Amino acid sequence: MEYLLIFLIGLLYSSGIYLMLRKSMVKLLLGLILLGNGANILIFLMGDIAKGQPPIIPRDASIFTQMYADPVPQSLILTAIVISFGLQSFAIILLKRVYQMTKSDNLDTLNTHEIDI
Amino acid sequence: MQSTILKTATNYLLPLLLLFSVFILLRGHYESGGGFVGGLVASIAFVLHSFAYGLERTQKLLKYPPKSFIPVGLLLSFMSGVLPMFGGKAYMTGVWSSEPLPVIGLVGSALFFDIGVFIVVIGVTLTILFTISESIDQ
Amino acid sequence: MTDNLLILPIFAHLLTAILLIFAWSHINLQRVISLFGHFMALVLSLHLFSKTWKAGILTMQAGGWKAPFGITFVSDTFSATFVVLTAIAGLAVGIFSTVSVTKARMQFGYFAISHFLMMGLNGAFLTGDIFNLYVWFEIVIISSFVLMTLAGKKPQMEGAIKYVAMNMLASTVFLTAIAILYGLTGTLNMADLSLKVAQIEKKELVSVTSLLFFVGFGIKSAVFPLYFWLPSSYHTPPSAIAATFGGLLTKMGVYAMMRTFTLVFVPDAFTQHVLIACAILTLFTGAMGALNKTSIRRMFSYLIICHIGFMIGGLGLHTHVALAAVVFYLIHDIIVKTNLFLATGIIHKIRGSTDIRRLGGLYEEYPKLSLLMAIIFFSMVGIPPLSGFWPKIGLFQSSLDQRSYILLAAFILASFFTLYIIAKMWSEVFWKDLPKRPEETNEFTELPFFKQTLLIVPVVGLALVSLYIGLGAENIMIISNRIATNMIDTGYYLDAVLNK
Repeated sequence: MEYLLIFLIGLLYSSGIYLMLRKSMVKLLLGLILLGNGANILIFLMGDIAKGQPPIIPRDASIFTQMYADPVPQSLILTAIVISFGLQSFAIILLKRVYQMTKSDNLDTLNTHEIDI
Repeated sequence: MQSTILKTATNYLLPLLLLFSVFILLRGHYESGGGFVGGLVASIAFVLHSFAYGLERTQKLLKYPPKSFIPVGLLLSFMSGVLPMFGGKAYMTGVWSSEPLPVIGLVGSALFFDIGVFIVVIGVTLTILFTISESIDQ
Repeated sequence: MTDNLLILPIFAHLLTAILLIFAWSHINLQRVISLFGHFMALVLSLHLFSKTWKAGILTMQAGGWKAPFGITFVSDTFSATFVVLTAIAGLAVGIFSTVSVTKARMQFGYFAISHFLMMGLNGAFLTGDIFNLYVWFEIVIISSFVLMTLAGKKPQMEGAIKYVAMNMLASTVFLTAIAILYGLTGTLNMADLSLKVAQIEKKELVSVTSLLFFVGFGIKSAVFPLYFWLPSSYHTPPSAIAATFGGLLTKMGVYAMMRTFTLVFVPDAFTQHVLIACAILTLFTGAMGALNKTSIRRMFSYLIICHIGFMIGGLGLHTHVALAAVVFYLIHDIIVKTNLFLATGIIHKIRGSTDIRRLGGLYEEYPKLSLLMAIIFFSMVGIPPLSGFWPKIGLFQSSLDQRSYILLAAFILASFFTLYIIAKMWSEVFWKDLPKRPEETNEFTELPFFKQTLLIVPVVGLALVSLYIGLGAENIMIISNRIATNMIDTGYYLDAVLNK
């Protein structure tokens, strides 16, 4: 399971960066989304994966005696997902507005006001 | 898109989904669920309604624009966090009622925080989706 | 000990923002509520500062959960100083924007969003938890995205795409760094991280993680290789918004960097070299970029980058003197950069342009206003005894002590370039005769006297604050020395947070 996730993270990061380097605005956004998902899975992996072990201490014990699923990474991922939900919906509407103004998906056409860069 | 099947199904699904979203909201404290998921389910119910009947009917059904839900929910969540501060405890400390209420059980400030999140999520999600679909119609 | 006062500056802005959304369509009411909110925040943050100064450090465990498990809010002198500076700059921008921001922007919730931005900044300064810092960062950048694109036309949108893309990338890098750090240590509390990172045996892994943090914060604060989003976006929004961005947003990145590189990671020789190299290149690129610009706002955008180099350089030197100087520089820079963009806003109102080829003759027409702006410019350049001068002495001295002569040369050259750029700008905008133009639009004189006053008062106020920073430098020096002491000896912070 861990190895699968490692490959998945690598795939998400590399494809995200590849898409970001393209000229298209939509691909830039898709790349950012993939990168974000890669980061989320990375957090998940970093919290050590334990299947079917809820982090609840039994009534007759005072500390954890065996491996348990760490709840912190899950709450971090949840927070990160909610944040990226907001960011992405904003970015989609922004792209739409920009497309309506420039009639182009090409990032190179966005430099009309860069007279003296 | 006008489909009789979708319209009829929506008539039954809308109340069911709303009820389910409240169920998820209340279930959230000890089991999986909570304000965010509940709010998403509730907003999906309204999105379904807008698919079946069109955006205007849904906006009429909601009475207030979804944007106006946001400050109400924010204020509720904010107040539930501030409440323990009046008792000299830290911000966001859980305050619980001493007696369990019928059906719902013990009521704590966390519930009101979640209800606030529920309302904010409905407001935000519907605002986003309505904005996108309005701009498509243009 | 839990002290709820800590979170009140954040709440002042949150509550104001909520009230502002309720008052969505009443613009005049929004103006009043917003000003009241900024004022309350200033009072609360001053109170917080005085209490922190007396007690040394205040902590609040949110939800009553003990330190390494819950989210801790910490106000040490460093945080409290920044909260006060944010409140001062926020109040000034708030007053300025009641007149300068267009009605269309106000109708789309300009005030509410700007208060959310202020809330995020205060949160980022006060939190003691690294993931919480990420969340506050996101609140700030989402608000800044909205402010930048609000009722925007083509230039704003074009700038916004670059700004949004780079900042989202920076957040992802920051999140990745947090993930790896959590995997290494199993904690997110900064005080606890400080203890656990020191125990890790694989030092290379720690260095790599710290550099990931450097990349994340570096993009946000426009450090050398990844600065280009700043000059192509900061000149597009209206002056009030650009003032908030230029004065506070990049400094938030520097603040986060200073926190992580003094509390969580103690830079090793390699990291120090990376920081210093980036600082030198930032100083050069910023200064060179500003040289050939014709729009003053673009010029100032590059100067922001250039001056970030001073702070990163000082952080890279990592001695007591250097850190104190960096803190002093940050205090001076927040006030002066905010004021700079506000002053540019007034020039834009008067002449309807920020292009130096179309400006001129301001000194003849408005001698008093020119004198006021001269204070800002001279403070930024660092003519003694104004505020920019004092931190530079500390930086020069510590780079001499550490034998980083290239950094010293870069500091001195960047200072000269700043002087040259400001001198050129002064002679073009203020002394040169006004070039003949077909249309003569002076929005400033068309405004009623009350509104003119509202535009000028914040500039005067901030200029007075920067004069105080310069002339009362010994008081600021006491503050920054204390902050630097706490940065080098973190035991104080750890004891307070972890209740040892």
